[in-house]
Amino acid sequence: MARYVSFRDFDWLLFLFVLVICVLGVTEIRSATVHTKFAGAHMKQVYWVVGGIAAMFLISLVNYQAMLERVHWIYIAAVGSLVAVLVFGQKYLGARRWIKMPGNGHFQPSEWVKLILILAVAKYFADLQERELSWSDCIKAGAMVGLPMLMVLAQPDLGTALTYLPIAVMGLFLGGLSARQALTVLLLVGLAMPLAWHGLKPYQRDRLTSFMEPEADRQGSGYQVIQSLIAVGSGGIWGSSAGSQTHLSFLPVPQTDFIFAAFAEEHGFVGALGVMLLYFIVLMRLTQNAQTAPDRAGTFLVMGVVAVLSFHVLVNIGMVVGFMPVTGIPLPLMSYGGSSVLFMFLALGIVMNVRMRRFVN
Amino acid sequence: MFGRDEKISPLRLTAVQYIILGIFLILAYGLWRLQVVQSEFYASLAEKNRIRNVPILAPRGKILDREGRIIVDNYPSFTALLLRDSSRDLVADADLIAQGLHLDAKEVKDRIRHFAGSPQYQPIYLKDDITPDELAFIEAHRNELPELDTIMAHRRLYPRNGFMAHVIGYVGEVSEEMLNQPQFELYSPGDVVGKSGVELEYNQILVGRNGFRRAVVNSRGQEVGRLDETPAAAGRQLKLTVDLDLQIAAEQALEGRYGAIVAMNPRNGEILAMVSRPTFDPNDFAIRVSRDRWTKLINDEEHPLLNKAIQAQLAPGSTFKIIMATAGLEEGIAQDLHVICNGGATFYGRYFKCWVTAEHRTHGAVDISKGIYQSCDVFFYTLAEKLGIERIAKYATEFGLGQKTGIDLPQEVTGVMPSEEWKIRNFKQKWYAGETISVGIGQGAVAVTPIQLARAIGGVASGGVLVRPHITNPADVPANIVPASNVPDTVKIPIDPKNWEIITDAMANVPTPLGTANSAHLQGVDFAGKTGSAQTVSNALKAKTANGKSKFKDNAWFVGVTPRRNPEIVVAVLFEGGEHGQFAARIAAQVVKAYVEKQRRQPTKIAKDKPKVEIGAVWNDADEDGSGDDELHAGRFLIDLPKERLPLALAAPGVH
Repeated sequence: MARYVSFRDFDWLLFLFVLVICVLGVTEIRSATVHTKFAGAHMKQVYWVVGGIAAMFLISLVNYQAMLERVHWIYIAAVGSLVAVLVFGQKYLGARRWIKMPGNGHFQPSEWVKLILILAVAKYFADLQERELSWSDCIKAGAMVGLPMLMVLAQPDLGTALTYLPIAVMGLFLGGLSARQALTVLLLVGLAMPLAWHGLKPYQRDRLTSFMEPEADRQGSGYQVIQSLIAVGSGGIWGSSAGSQTHLSFLPVPQTDFIFAAFAEEHGFVGALGVMLLYFIVLMRLTQNAQTAPDRAGTFLVMGVVAVLSFHVLVNIGMVVGFMPVTGIPLPLMSYGGSSVLFMFLALGIVMNVRMRRFVN
Repeated sequence: MFGRDEKISPLRLTAVQYIILGIFLILAYGLWRLQVVQSEFYASLAEKNRIRNVPILAPRGKILDREGRIIVDNYPSFTALLLRDSSRDLVADADLIAQGLHLDAKEVKDRIRHFAGSPQYQPIYLKDDITPDELAFIEAHRNELPELDTIMAHRRLYPRNGFMAHVIGYVGEVSEEMLNQPQFELYSPGDVVGKSGVELEYNQILVGRNGFRRAVVNSRGQEVGRLDETPAAAGRQLKLTVDLDLQIAAEQALEGRYGAIVAMNPRNGEILAMVSRPTFDPNDFAIRVSRDRWTKLINDEEHPLLNKAIQAQLAPGSTFKIIMATAGLEEGIAQDLHVICNGGATFYGRYFKCWVTAEHRTHGAVDISKGIYQSCDVFFYTLAEKLGIERIAKYATEFGLGQKTGIDLPQEVTGVMPSEEWKIRNFKQKWYAGETISVGIGQGAVAVTPIQLARAIGGVASGGVLVRPHITNPADVPANIVPASNVPDTVKIPIDPKNWEIITDAMANVPTPLGTANSAHLQGVDFAGKTGSAQTVSNALKAKTANGKSKFKDNAWFVGVTPRRNPEIVVAVLFEGGEHGQFAARIAAQVVKAYVEKQRRQPTKIAKDKPKVEIGAVWNDADEDGSGDDELHAGRFLIDLPKERLPLALAAPGVH
């Protein structure tokens, strides 16, 4: 298997756009935290980005085929780590999401599991080689994603668990899910809704209801939604130079989940639309990479990344403009947060991985 | 490994792209809606978030007496605060703080701990209304205890011990019901308004206009910047017609008793004094009265919150005989009426007693004059029978009984003047002639208020001129503020001068050995009046109830004037449970005496060469150890001024 992998095939254009987004993210984090106790967060973000870039380059060197061959073991390891969290994990803010590492670090498996799931799902559907899916295929795929999902849900971490879903959906869709199968699944999900509602914790239910009616609890769960709307709306077309809502701390935690709201307030409609355009270009570019992938597996891999990335972006922006409930899903590459940044760059590394091997035969 | 794979449907890949595009467009639309279409709406909400209007409370206008002496004022009330946003150990300082502010140290510590979970910018309110020495303590310890601070609010300062409490009224936070009324349209919850008395009636004048300070705040409510400031406009002061000297005399005269006194000038309707007992302390009400205190006041059987001068409706007793006399004389019956009083008489098959039997004597031959100054019941029973209820009601109503006097105080009551029509309307029964007999001596269904009696009898003494009582001068109050009233300022009722003389001369005999109020005689004063002693329940009920005689004591009334014709002053006294009109007469005499003495002290000439300034003041004598006595003194001082210089403070009270 001769490989001639060259960094000329690295998607530099994609990298450029991603960097621009990262830079915008860092500057916005700085602006949003400059007078608060989080000041200096932007520097940490810079370190994460640099580290992420390094990781991206590294992972693009390892042939993805090799990874896919061993995916079964990696999957078991992933599930194992989730079990470890449930059993040994540290409780923090009412959830068990981290394992304490020797040397005072935390390890949050759920982000890694996302990556591994992309690999596992891609391998599974790539091997199917059918035009259509049988029911047993669907169920197996569902179980493969569902198991880690449930384990994450038990932590409890509804937000992250939901981000596994688009991987499964994308895989099923591209794998040949028929309309009838889709409808049946939707029906089943619809019937399971009341059960799901019952299983939700009160604060999670609050999030959903306050999304419907933020005014009902202005000071409590509706607060974030209302403040986000006020911040975004007051940005106007060109942005509000005072950026009062962010700067006066009316917008809560602006450097993480609501970074887009802070950006929209400061740079207005023009700026916000620009950022959306950037994300759109990135996604389209990714899809193009999927289309030029050398094999089925590659396509599935890249589209898995597309699924996760677009899910994050659309849910987060949707939340900021009030179309979706508050979910705690960060905006990839812009929101402050090491694991999110790292995950994104690793995922991009896989994409680069595929792209760089497209001429190899 | 890279062999031929089943291709993924390119259609589906494209479909994914379009789906993503679609959702992006939806979100872009959402953004558009917020930032382009509704941008102004959200910008204003953002402003609201960050700009806070802090009200600057306006001080309320002072209330003065007719000579400009201050009755009600404001005082700066300081509240001690404990600031929590420093790094000081508050618990360690708690002992010193408690000592300086006269608080319990343990309580202070408990409160500090209790507040530990609250945001740091929220201070702890330690003590309201701190005394000057406590304020000095805080100021003196600015270095050692920087966490102590004060805020100031204006509070109403009322005279102590309920002096003039019913006339003045009190203030409180505007209630929900009041907010719904049209005159309180522009007020918001938390505003302080008058709740009773003059404070309520003239609230619009007294209330100032709050200013406000615009401050920039962050999400935690901390002020981070200041914008502009609109200063508060203080309320206007209100001058009453009440004479503080007379008011003091009246309050002292009624002290220890229950009832009311009204002193009025029947030539213009100015109220010179008004007292009601029992009283309450309006200082208790401050901004908000405690629920317990309020319930106690409301449920008190003696009704301390009632202004009995205008709100007590009671049988007038023999004072009503003046009205009867006027009616009888004008109808031409009483002049030639002569009866023999043997202690009682029978009418309509019932025996009606004359009060004189209690003194084991009789009145003998009685004419209209003797009937008045000896208050013979038999005479007036007879007169009542001859007049009939309709004529009696006609005259009584003309003189204002059974209607409001129109005084500019809230919640005046009308009293009751019965008639045939009244009985049918309210009881659906015919008027029985026998009931007229009791009405003749001011019992039965007749009910009057002290102010009504003052106006009516003052009117008779003035020759048939009824005035509308008022507690402020229309000249001192802006035109559109004067409360509207249906009662005309002056009502003329024709009384034949001969009859007028008969009545007033008879009244002048009352405080003499000839009359029923000899002990109220005032030497050198043309003092005239009429006593009254009104039963509150029937004799039968008294007999039936245990302690009936002591529980249901008669009310004593007296209405006096000086001089007897065209009087300068009329004083009506209600002495609840006083039993004999004489005792009420003595009280009235005290007030009249104070009035006359004051009049006689007026300087009639002011030295022309040296200009003098007249200043009035109210004070109470303090003992050496600082404890004040409860007696208020009022006085006027004449101060010499050098010709060359005028006083800077030209607006000293009393200077015109």
